[in-house]
Parts: sequence; C-alpha cells; structure tokens
Amino acid sequence: MLYDVIIIGAGVTGSAVARELSRYKLNVCVLEKYEDVCCGTSKANSAIVHAGFDAAEGSLMAKMNVRGNVMMGDLARDLDIPFKRNGALVVCIHEEAKDGLQELYDRGIANGVKELRILNREECLEMEPNLSDNVVAALYAPTSGIICPFELNIAMAENAAMNGVDFFFNTEVEELHRDGEIWKLRTNNGEYKTRYVVNAAGLYADYFHNMVSAKKIHITPRRGDYCLLDKEVGGHVSCTIFPQPTKLGKGVLVSPTIHGNLIVGPTAVDIENKEGVNTTAAGIADLIAKANDHVRNLPIRKVITSFAGLRAHEDHHEFILGEVEDAPHFIDCAGIESPGLTSSPAIGEYIGGLMKDLMGLEEKEDWIATRKGVLHPGDLSLEERNELIKKNPAYGNIICRCEYVTEGEILDAIHRPLGARSLDGIKRRTRAGMGRCQAGFCTPRSMEILNRELGIPYEKLTKLGGRSTLLTGKSKEVEKE
Amino acid sequence: MKSYDIVIVGGGPAGLAAAVSARESGIESILILERDNELGGILNQCIHNGFGLHTFKEELTGPEYAYRFIEKVYELGIEYKLHTMVMDISHDKIVTAMNRTDGMFQIQAGAVILAMGCRERPRGALNIPGYRPAGIYSAGTAQRLVNIEGYMPGHEVVILGSGDIGLIMARRMTLEGATVKVVAELMPYSGGLKRNIVQCLDDFGIPLKLSHTVVDIEGRERVKAVTIARVENGKPVPGTEERYTCDTLLLSCGLIPENELSRSAGVEMSPITNGPVVNESLETNIPGVFACGNVLHVHDLVDYVSEEARKAGANAARYIKDGCKDAEAGQVIEIAATDGARYTVPSTINLDRMEDLLTVRFRVGAVYQNAFVSVYFDDERVQHRKKKIMAPGEMEQVILQKKKLAEHDGLKKITIKIEAE
Repeated sequence: MLYDVIIIGAGVTGSAVARELSRYKLNVCVLEKYEDVCCGTSKANSAIVHAGFDAAEGSLMAKMNVRGNVMMGDLARDLDIPFKRNGALVVCIHEEAKDGLQELYDRGIANGVKELRILNREECLEMEPNLSDNVVAALYAPTSGIICPFELNIAMAENAAMNGVDFFFNTEVEELHRDGEIWKLRTNNGEYKTRYVVNAAGLYADYFHNMVSAKKIHITPRRGDYCLLDKEVGGHVSCTIFPQPTKLGKGVLVSPTIHGNLIVGPTAVDIENKEGVNTTAAGIADLIAKANDHVRNLPIRKVITSFAGLRAHEDHHEFILGEVEDAPHFIDCAGIESPGLTSSPAIGEYIGGLMKDLMGLEEKEDWIATRKGVLHPGDLSLEERNELIKKNPAYGNIICRCEYVTEGEILDAIHRPLGARSLDGIKRRTRAGMGRCQAGFCTPRSMEILNRELGIPYEKLTKLGGRSTLLTGKSKEVEKE
Repeated sequence: MKSYDIVIVGGGPAGLAAAVSARESGIESILILERDNELGGILNQCIHNGFGLHTFKEELTGPEYAYRFIEKVYELGIEYKLHTMVMDISHDKIVTAMNRTDGMFQIQAGAVILAMGCRERPRGALNIPGYRPAGIYSAGTAQRLVNIEGYMPGHEVVILGSGDIGLIMARRMTLEGATVKVVAELMPYSGGLKRNIVQCLDDFGIPLKLSHTVVDIEGRERVKAVTIARVENGKPVPGTEERYTCDTLLLSCGLIPENELSRSAGVEMSPITNGPVVNESLETNIPGVFACGNVLHVHDLVDYVSEEARKAGANAARYIKDGCKDAEAGQVIEIAATDGARYTVPSTINLDRMEDLLTVRFRVGAVYQNAFVSVYFDDERVQHRKKKIMAPGEMEQVILQKKKLAEHDGLKKITIKIEAE
C-alpha cells in the first residue's frame, strides 16, 4: 500500500504531527522501532511546559515554545491530559549575576512570553520558603507549567489513531530512498512506500536526514540524570525552580510533578551512545549538589527512583523544521530537544500547516478533536465510584498499592487504541508501578493481567518490549507437571 | 455505617495472631481486612522451613506456620474480608476500604490494630547507577514469582544486600538451577540472621562480599552485567570494581514498615523504626489504635511477631471492655535507647497498665562482641548481661519486671545501653 505520509518515530513530535495530519483526508502511518509510543527522549525529561524566555529571539525554538505553551491549556482539556500552570522561578543567587535575569526577562518579552516579572529576594522567599538563603532575585514566569509527558504523547497518538492514522510498532526503518515520486522505506518488517516522509526520529533524525541530503546535520545525545522523590515531599516547592541558564542548557531544576512527586534534574553530559540512558554515580551526585545551590533542605533521601534521558541536541541548538532542500517531500523535525515537549503541539500545527499547503489537503468532516484518558476512579465521588464498581468490579480491585491503581484502569490501558502491552506500557498509562515501592508489589499482578488479557505467555512478557523479558522460564516443579 | 469492636488491617501473621488473641480475650465483633486473595501474608511465599521454633517448638514452613493461625481464625469464626484494600483510616477510627463486591465502604471501629507489615526498599531508593532493564527484582518479588507463580526471574544472579529474604532467595534460586554468583553487602556486617548465612550461602559456596555495593548495571533491555566495588566510608573505592555477567539482580536492602495509612490517620512515627511510637500496650498516640508486627518494627522471626501481635490483640480487647482509659493516667516511664542501642519497642510504660513481665525489643547499630546489655533505672544500673555477639541483623530484648519498676520510687526513665564492660 502506498501511504500519503509516513512519520518515522512515535515520540511526542511524531505523535503531534500524526494528530495534526489526521485532520485531513490522507493515508498516514507512523513507524516506531520500539513496542510503544513515548519510548525515547519523550519519556525521560523534566515534564515542564516552558514559558519560552530561554530560546534565542526570532528562533524557531522560541516561536514553537511560546506557541506550544499557549496551546497546551486547550489541548490538555481536549485530550484529557493532566496539566497545571504552576509557574517557574529562575533564581539568581549572586548579586553580580542579576543582569542575567534582566536579559532573560527582555528575551522573554521579545519572544512574546506573557506575565513575566522580576521578584526581589523577599518576594521570592514569600512565594517559595524553601529557596536557598542566598537568593538575590528571580524571574517569575506564571505561564510555565507541569504536565504528564507520557499522557501528552500517548493522548496525541491515541487521538491520531482514532482518526485513522496507522501505527506500526517494533518496526525499525533501516534505509530509505526516493524512487521516482515514491519514498521507499526498508524496515525489519518489510518495505513501506509513501509520497511524503516526516522525519521525527529524535536522536536518530540526523541519521535519516543525512541519508537523503547532502547538507549534513549532527545530533549529539546529551544525557540528563534525574531523581524522582516521594510524594510525601512533593510540596517542597510549588513552582518550578531553575538556576540561571548556561551554555549547556537550563540547568538542574527542582519541581513538583503533575502527579505530586518532586523531580530534580537534569545534568547535561554529551555522549556518543544514542541508547546510553544509564545514570551515573557522578551525575547523580552532581545534580544533588546543584539542586542544593538553589533549594534548601532538599529531601533527597526520599528518592524513589533515578533515571536518565537523552536530549537530541543539534549542533546549532535550533529546531530544524520543514522540507529538506535537496530531498523533495522529505520533511524534517530534527534537533527537537528541550523545549521539545512544550513545543510539540506547535510543531504538529506548523508541520500540519506546511503539508496542507504543500499537498493541497482537504479537511475531514468527521475529525474527532477530543479523547478521554484512562478513567481514574480516585477522582470520583464515593457514590460515583461505587456505581462504577457495581458496573465493573475490576474498579474495586487495587493492583498498585502505592498509587492506588485499580484493575479496571489497567484493563482500560490495555484495551484502548494503541493499548499497553508491557509493564512499562501499563505504568505510563496508569501509574501502576510508578510509586514508592517501584512495582515490587504489582509486577506479578500486572503480569497476570497482561497474560490473561492479551494471551502473551509468561515467558514472553516484557518490561518494555524487545528483549526485555521479565522471566527466563518455569520453576522446576512447574516444569515437571 | 457498619461498626466493629476491633478492625484489624492486614491478615498476615501479625493480624491473625492479634485477631485470635482478641477473640480469646472475649471480643466477638472483630473484622480482619486483607488485601491479598488469602490469609497468611508474606508467609505464603516463604516455603522454606525454620518457622515456629519458639512458638510451636517445631520447624514449620511459612504456609504451615500461617495455617496454624488461619485454622484458629476459622474455628473461632472470626470475620475477614479478602481482596480488600484499606484506603484510609481516620483519626476517629473510621476505616475506609474497597473490594470488588462491596465497592468502597466505611466501618466505624472501636479499636484498630495496624498489622500492614512492610515492603522492600526498591532499587530507586538506593540510587544505584546504571541502566534500568528488566531483570532487577526485589528479593521478595522474586520469591513470589518462583514460589507462588512458578516462574524463574533469571538464571545467573547477583544479589545486593544480605537481608534474610535475599539470603533465602540465594538458596532458593540455586536449588531451582540458577547460579548465584555473589552476594554483595554495603555494610561491614550482614543484615540477616547468622543461621541464614550458614545455611543459604556457606552451604552452597556462594560468596558474601561485605563492604561492597553495586556501582553499575549494564543492559538496556535485560540485565547483562553488574559491577560491584568495595566501599570505604560509604564511598566505592576506585580500582576495586569487579564485573559479573548475569541476567538478574536481586535486591535485599532493607524493609520499610508500610505506614502510609498510619501517617494519614495521625499516628506518631519513630524516625528510627519507621513504625509507630507505642506504649507498653502497643498502643499508638491515638487511643484505641494499636500496632504490631513488621508495621511496628521489622522483625527477624515470625515467632516474635506472633507474640507481639497476641499482646496487641489482648490490649485492644481490654481497651474495648474497659472503655477509653486515658493512657496518660498513672505513672508514665520513658524508655530510651542510647550507646549502641538504636531504638526500643515500646518507648513508654504506663506502670498501671503494665503486665508483670514486659519484653522490650531493640536493635543494636553495629556488631558487638562480648559486650554488655545494660538497663538503667534513672541513673542506677539494674541489669548487666554479657552477650557473646550482637549484630544489627538480630533483634535483642530485655525483660522488665513490673515489681522492680514499682519498687524504684519516682522512676522516670529507663535506659538501655550497650557497654563494653
């Protein structure tokens, strides 16, 4: 079959583009090498909806960031994604560095960021009593927000799927070339053909770009280690606390998450390995030290997990969006690093608009703009909850004790469009396993549900697809039977 | 709203013993709420023997030990609900719970016995660097997979932490045909019982490396290798790294009492045990709310859990029968742990309510050889007992006589210390 558009990558960018293209009368598919959406850079980041004062004035990065921030409120409502504008403080702790705040403020205004203010020391401490005693002043950005990065990615992909976009997982593009008017993509699952290609391959976007273009680009994996702290201390700060930015990025932030944890990170280390998502002792020590510069009494002992994410850093630190000059009908979304999550809806809109003009697209009459997330019984009243359990008793059965996730939610996560097929798939859709015991209790239960609902044999169940099998075989007694 | 005299949160060894004891003390209206699909708690997956030496003077497996109590619960007709998760306990003892058939419901309890047990410290809380692949399990999760589900989590195993479950799993995995390459322990001493080190490691030739920790985990999808290194002053020593290829890393790095419900009810907690602060009756700062077993402090032997829980059950029964006698009425004596003793359970004694003999349990913070356990009544040393060896992995106890406390005029504080001589 010949597709009109093939999107490489089901991360937040690819999914945003897929959703926007699903508005039009088009055959679109997404090829994803992992077993699920949101498996690369999109799953391991700060989960911040940045205000937009960081990126250089006039850059695409600035434009997409500010637009993405503006769009996020309506999008979160339409797609049922948890999102809150908790505000951000860029904290200055050296009198002589105060000018830097003004610079940021001016850049923010130039970029079109609303409601920016510079706060003096007293105002800062009144707002955030746990700021470092060294605080001199801060830039306050009330439009900055926190979001569930998994839900944002999953929701856009689900909505695209509802509107007819095909998703093919475990499908890795190995090579692509243009044959007349057609792009041919060789994958581990056979050949795919399309008129247009959207390159949303994250860390690998340079690989595909360079395959088709003489004008090379280069993406460096920039690793960031994070620590996630227990909900018990999620209120340590209420805004997202940034240091003043440096060349390597926005620095180590301390922020509540949308689900009430506290997140600390990231570090910024350039590496070679595009799969190098390992944390390091040095990285974790570094981020703890840096966080302590700006926040006092950081309750780091309450850490429940640490992880590392890779930013797809392009050498020029700018988003590369649009048709590649010397490769017709090949559209790049490359160099999508922070503020990529924030920008994703804007990138989707931008690429969608661009392709509408390019291809002369016509809108569907029956496009569905909204999507309902996994139902959380915890949000219901006692009466509503009991009504729900009466109708579906699975909502009365707690599987994850830490996050109080019921079997009903897990069944919902498995059986919805692009449903979960692994432990991490369940985790990212329901939070089962995301709590303080880190899946110690729910792992065997979730395995049982995956086995029962999807017919996956126990030995084939995985943590995150591929070769991440959870078990190596039966025990002796069981084998004998 | 339904009401019960005593609601017991948790149907493991602590909850069961507390229920039986409360019934034997004359309370009819008792309800056990258990989140799993059967009574017995973690004992159901502890299929090795060695349970019950103190209580029954014989060696039982975990399920057998549990069944002795489950049988009693059946015989006595004590009510219980399985598959039932307690969602909240309020300060005035309204218990909110949920299951598939009853939905979400509330019960007014006359007294509550907290018996929720403990959970394992996960990898994340240890901040072990490296990848986050499949094949990393806490020892108890692996135990459940092998013993209950009938599946092997891996073939080549490295274990971090020498807690008892880790030691037991080293043997269990070996018996199931896996190779356990090494057990690394961060501390210079094991966190488990001596008998488990002998029977589960030494007897199978599994090396135990003290003062070692995991410094790297390799493998993006499934564990491929684990690197351990020697630790000095809490830091890995460069150059001491040893890499083990393996497909599994089991963690046995400590147990954490599960007190989320206690905290939200307003129960005062001990920062040392992570369990409630209790008096001689195992009663928390909320009158009528009692605690026992691993939710109170982590035990090594289930026999002591049962013994403690029987007391909690009897005391809860007395609370129901006698009404809410103010715990503060009467002479209250504080128990302090100093000089190597880390904590005591209980931490206060109301002389009026004290039984003739009271067992005070505690742990030491380091390994002591030929040291003395001393008990002071205010400034006067009243007990001085030599112990050949004391270690953090083995719970210690002293027994106090009510008569002696009463004789000591105006006694305010009892101190338990470890002394060299």
